[in-house]
Amino acid sequence: MAAQSGSLPRYIVQRLLLLIPMVWLTLTLVFLLMRVAPGDPVTASVGGRLPPQALEARREALGLNEPLIKQYWDYLSGVLQGDLGKTITDNTPITDIIKDNGGATLELTVAAMLFALVIGLPLGLLAGRYRDTPADGGIRMFGIVTYAAPVFFVGILFQLLFLNVFSGWPLLGQSTPITEFTVPTRTHILLLDAMIAGDGSATVDVLKHLMLPAITLGLLICGILIRLTRVNVLQTLQADYVEAARARGIPERKVVTAHAFRNALVPVITIIGLLVALLLGGAVLTEQTYAWPGLGSQLITYINQRDYAAVQGIITLFAIVVVVISILIDIINALIDPRVRY
Amino acid sequence: MATFKGILAPFRETTGFARWMLLIGLVIVVFFVVLAIGADWIAPYGFAQQSANGVDFKKAAPPGPGHLMGTDRLFFDVWSRVVYGARTALEVIILAVAVSLVIGLILGLISGYVGGWIDRVLVLIMDVLYAFPGLLLAIVFGFLLAEKIGAGVISAAGAITVIYIPQYFRVVRSSTISAKESTYVEAARALGAPGRTVIGRYLFGNVIHSVPVIGTLNAADALLTLAALGFLGLGIQPTDGAEWGFDLSRALEDVSSGIWWTGLWPGLAIVLLVTGLTLVGEGLNETINPVLRKRRLRKITVEETQK
Amino acid sequence: MTDERRGMLSVRDLRVWYGTERGAAKAVNGVSFDLMPGETLGLVGESGCGKTTLGRGLLGLLPRGAFVDGDITFKGKPMPPLGSKEHRALRGTELGMIFQEPMTRLNPLMRISEHFEETMQAHDPGISKDQVRHQALEVLRVMGIPPTRYRSYPHEFSGGMRQRLTIALALVLRPAFIVADEPTTALDVLVEAQIIKILADMRREFDTALLLITHNLGIVAEACDRVAVMYAGRIVEMGDARSVFRNPEHPYTRELLRSTISLDTTGLTYIPGAPPDLIWPPPGCLFHPRCPSAMEVCSKQHPVPLQLDSGQRVECWLHGPEDQIPAGGREPKVMREELSLADEA
Repeated sequence: MAAQSGSLPRYIVQRLLLLIPMVWLTLTLVFLLMRVAPGDPVTASVGGRLPPQALEARREALGLNEPLIKQYWDYLSGVLQGDLGKTITDNTPITDIIKDNGGATLELTVAAMLFALVIGLPLGLLAGRYRDTPADGGIRMFGIVTYAAPVFFVGILFQLLFLNVFSGWPLLGQSTPITEFTVPTRTHILLLDAMIAGDGSATVDVLKHLMLPAITLGLLICGILIRLTRVNVLQTLQADYVEAARARGIPERKVVTAHAFRNALVPVITIIGLLVALLLGGAVLTEQTYAWPGLGSQLITYINQRDYAAVQGIITLFAIVVVVISILIDIINALIDPRVRY
Repeated sequence: MATFKGILAPFRETTGFARWMLLIGLVIVVFFVVLAIGADWIAPYGFAQQSANGVDFKKAAPPGPGHLMGTDRLFFDVWSRVVYGARTALEVIILAVAVSLVIGLILGLISGYVGGWIDRVLVLIMDVLYAFPGLLLAIVFGFLLAEKIGAGVISAAGAITVIYIPQYFRVVRSSTISAKESTYVEAARALGAPGRTVIGRYLFGNVIHSVPVIGTLNAADALLTLAALGFLGLGIQPTDGAEWGFDLSRALEDVSSGIWWTGLWPGLAIVLLVTGLTLVGEGLNETINPVLRKRRLRKITVEETQK
Repeated sequence: MTDERRGMLSVRDLRVWYGTERGAAKAVNGVSFDLMPGETLGLVGESGCGKTTLGRGLLGLLPRGAFVDGDITFKGKPMPPLGSKEHRALRGTELGMIFQEPMTRLNPLMRISEHFEETMQAHDPGISKDQVRHQALEVLRVMGIPPTRYRSYPHEFSGGMRQRLTIALALVLRPAFIVADEPTTALDVLVEAQIIKILADMRREFDTALLLITHNLGIVAEACDRVAVMYAGRIVEMGDARSVFRNPEHPYTRELLRSTISLDTTGLTYIPGAPPDLIWPPPGCLFHPRCPSAMEVCSKQHPVPLQLDSGQRVECWLHGPEDQIPAGGREPKVMREELSLADEA
C-alpha cells in the first residue's frame, strides 16, 4: 500500500508535540544548572559596585528571594512568552541582545555549515570509493587533523598566514565600521541587509570578513562529515542491490553514483542536529578568535562579568535552537527517506 | 573470554591503514605520556619560571639558544610550558574519562537491568544531555565549578565529565538490555547458570569491546574541551599549571606583532595529542569491528594454475 | 564426452579458483555442460560444492583476483573471458541473474519504475519513459504485479513479490540465458510454489534458458528438464531430471536422494563426513572418503566422465571404463578413511 499522504501532517504534529517535553527538560536543565552556584548572582556580578540596598532591590526585582518553585515557574512561563529576562549588569533585555547579535552568529554558523558540506561530503564519498588507496588515507588524515586542531589554533594560523602573505585581508570583526553604519538594519543579519540594500561594496566587505571565520569553524565539522560518508559508502558499495544493479548491466560509474553514493548521502541528514550543536559550541570559540560580534562573544563577556541572568538567557536560546532543529530534521528526513513510515 | 591470541588475530588480518593508524597513534600517545610523567626532568625550566641562574628571561624572545621554542610575554619558557601542559592534559583527561565511565556504567547498568520508569527517565535525561552542545555544557559547568571550588584540574575535569556520561550510559544500557533478553543468556539459564554470573560474563564481553574505542575518542574530545575552557579563561590558571589552551589565548594577541612561536607550539601539541588519541581509537575500531574489515584474497599465480 | 558444441550455451572445462592464504581454493574445477534455448538445467549440491560460484562466474560476478579459465560458446560464438569488459556488456540483454535474497536486492530509495528506467536506459539511452513503462508493465503482468504498483517503493512489497520484481527486472530485456541462484530459499513454501511456476512459464513465454541453482531436490523434480549434480567443484552426474531421480547412477546422487525428507520418511539419513578441502583435495575421486561404495581405485585415480546408455553422464569408477582400472582396483575399500573429529559437524 502506498504511504497515505494524509498521515504526514499527523507525523509532523507528533514530532512537534515531542518538542514540548524536550524543551521543557532542556529548560529545567538550564535552570538547575544556573542555581548550582553558591552565593547569589547579584552579589557575584555587581557586588562591588552598588550599595547593599540597591543590591537588595535588584534581588527583589529578579525574584531571587522567591521560593525556588516560583522562580522556576516564572522562568518557564517567561520563556514561553518570549521573555528571557534581563541582564544583571546592565539591565538589558536578553531578547534585545539576541536581536542585535544573533544575526552575526547565524551568518557564521550557516556559512560554516555550507563550507563543511561542500568540502566534506565529496571527500568522504571519494575516500570510500577509493578505499585503502593513498587518496583514502590522505582524506582520512585530513579529516582527523582538522578535528584535532582547535578552532582557535586554526584561527591563529590563518591570521598569521594572511598577515604575512595576504596583508590587507581583514582579520577581525564582521565588517568595517563604515559598512556597519551605512547598511540599514532590516533583518539584523548584516550580510542579508547589505544585499537587500543593493550595496555591492558592503556585501563584498562582509563576505571578506566572513570567509576566514566560516572556513575555520567549518573545518571543525568537516572531519565528521568525511568519516560518516566514507563509512556509508563502504557499506553501500557492498550492498546487495548494488550487485544486482551490476548484474543487470548498469555501467559501473552509474552504479557507484546513482546507487552507492546517493544512498550513502541520505543518512547525513540525521546528524545535522549533532553538527549544529558542535557548530554552536565552536562558534563561541570562533567569535572570540576573530572578535566576531555574535552571541558567543556576548556569552563570554557576560560570563566574565558573572552575570548569571545573561548566561541563563543566552544558553536557553541555544538549547531551544538545537531542539527545534532536531525536530525539523526528523520531519525533513521523513520527507526524503521513503522508508520512514508515517 | 577471548584468548590473548584471539585478540591479536583480527589485528593481524587487517590491511595497511588500520594497523598504521594504531601504531602511529600509540607512538604519539606514549610520547606525551613520557613528557607528562617525566616533566620535571625533561623541561629545562618550571612552567611559571621567569629567570634562571639570576638572569631574567627575555620577553617574547623567538626560538633560540636556551629557549628551544622561545619565550612569551610573561617571560615564561614556551617549551617548558608545553611539557608541563602534557602533564596537565593527561591528568585532566584521565580523571574526566574515568569518572564519566564509572558513572555512565553504573547508571547504564541500573537503567538496563531495572527498566521501568527509572529507565525511561534516565534515558530522557541522557538524550537531552547528549543533544546539548557539549562545549556549552562544559563552559557553563566550568564557570559554575570555578566559582564553587576555584579553577583547577578538578573543576576542569568535572566540567568535561558530564558531557561523556551519556555515551557510556547508552552503550552499557543497550548491552545490558540485549544481554538480558538474548537467547544465549536464555540458553545458559536453561542449563542452570545463575543469572548474575551469566549476565556478568556475557555483558562484560560485549561492553569491553566498545569501551576502549569510546574511551580513546572521548579522551581526544576531552582534551579539546579542556583547551577550549583554557582558551576562554575558565580552566587552569597559569601559575597553578601549564595548559595549552590558555597559552593559545595569550598567543592570540601576539599575532598582530608577528610573534608566532607562542601559539604554534602549544597548538601543535594539542593537534598532535588529539590526533594520536583519535588514531588509536579509529585503529582499534577498525580492528575490532568486523563489518569494516576487508577480507584478503590473494591473486592466483600462474604456477598454481599449471598444477 | 563429445566435443561438439551444442545448444545456446556450451561450457567446456570451466575452472574458477580463489586465492587464499593457504593456497588456491578450486571452487569450480573442470565443469562442462550444454544448455538449449528454453531449457531449464537444475544444479544441485551441498553448500560449498561450487554451484553458486559457477552461477556467479557465468555472470562475471566474481571477486577480484579470482582465476577463471575455460572454453565457453554462447549463441555459436566464443564468449569473452568471464569478468572482462566485453563479457560484462552482455549483462542485461543476454545474461541475467536472479539472486537469493529478494529483500535486499532492490534499492530502497528508488521506485520500481526507476529501477526499470535505469535498466532499460543503460542499454538503450534514447528510450522514453513511456516506452519503458510499456515494456515493464508487460513483464510485470506476467509476474502477476498490478500496474498500480509501478511507482511504489520496494519496502511496500512482501518478500515473494519482491522476488517477482527482481525476476521481472531480469527478464525485461529478454536475455537468452538466466542464472537463478537459490531463488526460493528465502521464501516460504507457498510463495516458493508460485515462483517456481513463474520460472516455468518464463521458459515458455520467453524461451529463456535457465540455470536453476538449488539444494532443494523437490524443486528440481518439478521445474527442471535436466539436472546436474555437483560435488567439490565437479559435476558428478548429469542427465534428464526424471531419469536421474528414478535411477541415480552416482553414489553421491543416491545418498542425496536418500537424505531427502518426504511424508514417507521414517528415519533420518545423512551423509557422514563433510565436503573436502578445496585447497588440498583428497587424491583420486573427491567423494571417496564418504562413499559407501568406495573401491581401491577410487582413492588413487580421478574418475573419467562417461556417457551411459541411459543418457546420463557420470563420473564414477563403478561404471568404468574397465580398461582404465588397474588390477585389484575394484576391491572395495574396506577401511573408510579416518574422519577426524573435527569433520563431524
